[in-house]
Amino acid sequence: MRLYLQYLKILLKSALQYRVSFILLSIGQFFVPFSIFISMYFLFQRFEQIKGWTLYEVALCYAVIHIAFSLSECFFRGFDSFSSLIISGEFDRILVRPRSALIQILGSRFEFTRIGRLFQSFIVLVYAVYHLNLDWNYLKIITLIAMILSGVVIFAGIFILGATLTFWTIEGLEVINILTDGGREISQYPLNIYPNWVKNFFTFVIPFGTINYLPLLYVLDKTNKASVESKPPDKPKITFSTPICLILLAKAATWIANIFLNAGSGFTLGINGV
Amino acid sequence: MITYLSLFKMRLTQGLQYRVAAFAGILTQFFWGFMYIMIYQAFYQSTNTIQPISLHQLITTVWLQQSLLALIMLWFRNNEIIKLITKGDIAYELCRPVDLYGIWFSRLAAQRLSSALLRFFPILLIAYFLPYPYNFSLPNNFVTFILFLITLVLGLFIVISLSMLIYISMFYTLSGVGSILIFGVIGEFLAGLTIPIPLMPKTLIIITYLLPFRYTSDLPFRIYAGNIAYKEAIISIFVQIFWIITLYIIGKLWLKKALNKVVIQGG
Repeated sequence: MRLYLQYLKILLKSALQYRVSFILLSIGQFFVPFSIFISMYFLFQRFEQIKGWTLYEVALCYAVIHIAFSLSECFFRGFDSFSSLIISGEFDRILVRPRSALIQILGSRFEFTRIGRLFQSFIVLVYAVYHLNLDWNYLKIITLIAMILSGVVIFAGIFILGATLTFWTIEGLEVINILTDGGREISQYPLNIYPNWVKNFFTFVIPFGTINYLPLLYVLDKTNKASVESKPPDKPKITFSTPICLILLAKAATWIANIFLNAGSGFTLGINGV
Repeated sequence: MITYLSLFKMRLTQGLQYRVAAFAGILTQFFWGFMYIMIYQAFYQSTNTIQPISLHQLITTVWLQQSLLALIMLWFRNNEIIKLITKGDIAYELCRPVDLYGIWFSRLAAQRLSSALLRFFPILLIAYFLPYPYNFSLPNNFVTFILFLITLVLGLFIVISLSMLIYISMFYTLSGVGSILIFGVIGEFLAGLTIPIPLMPKTLIIITYLLPFRYTSDLPFRIYAGNIAYKEAIISIFVQIFWIITLYIIGKLWLKKALNKVVIQGG
């Protein structure tokens, strides 16, 4: 841990060497999701609601996934350049050092400019909570924090999974961006606006649904309202989704653990290959 | 002119080499296209009022956007030109007996075209065979198609003139990443790529009509989808020509001014 903080300190210093560029990039990172949110706002002005969800409810959905994404991008983007480590053989050097490979790769990069994105998503979160008039209790607050934390874990898991694949493919896979960027865009709206197969894919295969859509039903007290689901066959599923979402969260955690294990086996493969 | 054309041809064949990258791009664009369509569909299903653009017209524009992304995106970056400026290799470029604005212009055009040529056909072909609400349909008649082609080509000229301004600004800022990002996001929004222009509030629509961004993608695509009448389309062509000339003059003058200040060190 101390080593990691040391890495962070050095990276921050080097990022601040190019101050203007750093500030411009942070502002740019602020604007990217901001334009998405503004267009969401305009769409709601025109259509008022989307399948029974209001702007503020969707905004909460949006804020959770974007906060999770920007946090995980801050911490785990080191894995982005993982393919170049493999190609150049740098990775062998990392393995030789008497520290865990994971920490060294995490410490190789830290995207401080994502602060802009994080800040923007946080504003949306406050905006949504302010307008929603929910009766908050401890359980709900804990759920909200858990949603963000598990979101970070899921994104990190996909980053690492993508990096692990480069042991076989050597070149980095662009397609993995569909899961991260695409997953983020898809799940900034509540998943039940999509056809069922999309909803199921992003709940059971890539579990983004478990970090915002399902727990949000609980936070927003929507679990019993028929208005949430326009199709009758889905109704029973929704009524017991609250306990299920906890189970799924646990599932997500084990899934991530699996990926770490995968990464572990990948590492040994790397050594064999060399 | 022949110099620029042959330069253009060289870059075009070079760009066509990257087939795997194009395949990955196609896959990604399909994903995004589907996502936008599903979101718009959900919005349209949640309302009874008639919108200024029909869902099917909107879907056609989404597929056009996704397949021709390389032609219309402002953030589409040419790393070669950025390197020329930051590393100082611009000196070689200046030795050439051709106009710098012209070289860069044809280079950027070729890069965009080669990348679009590889992608647009497969995407539109598959989208054409999708089941009804999702499918990409052919234009209503031949005149619409011709108007679409004219506005698309003129729109490409506008996009490149705009991105020329970004590259010229790099003579002053050196690192273009931040400014390209900000410029790209704002331009993209005003071009109607994050939210379709007909669905914007009234005042915002007027603003987008006054700026050049909308004439790059929103105009040709909506003409194709049949959302813009012929009369308006023909007037818009003149607006496009006006913007091309204005942006060309600004770019030329600014480049001249920037080059006057360039000092190249070393022998």
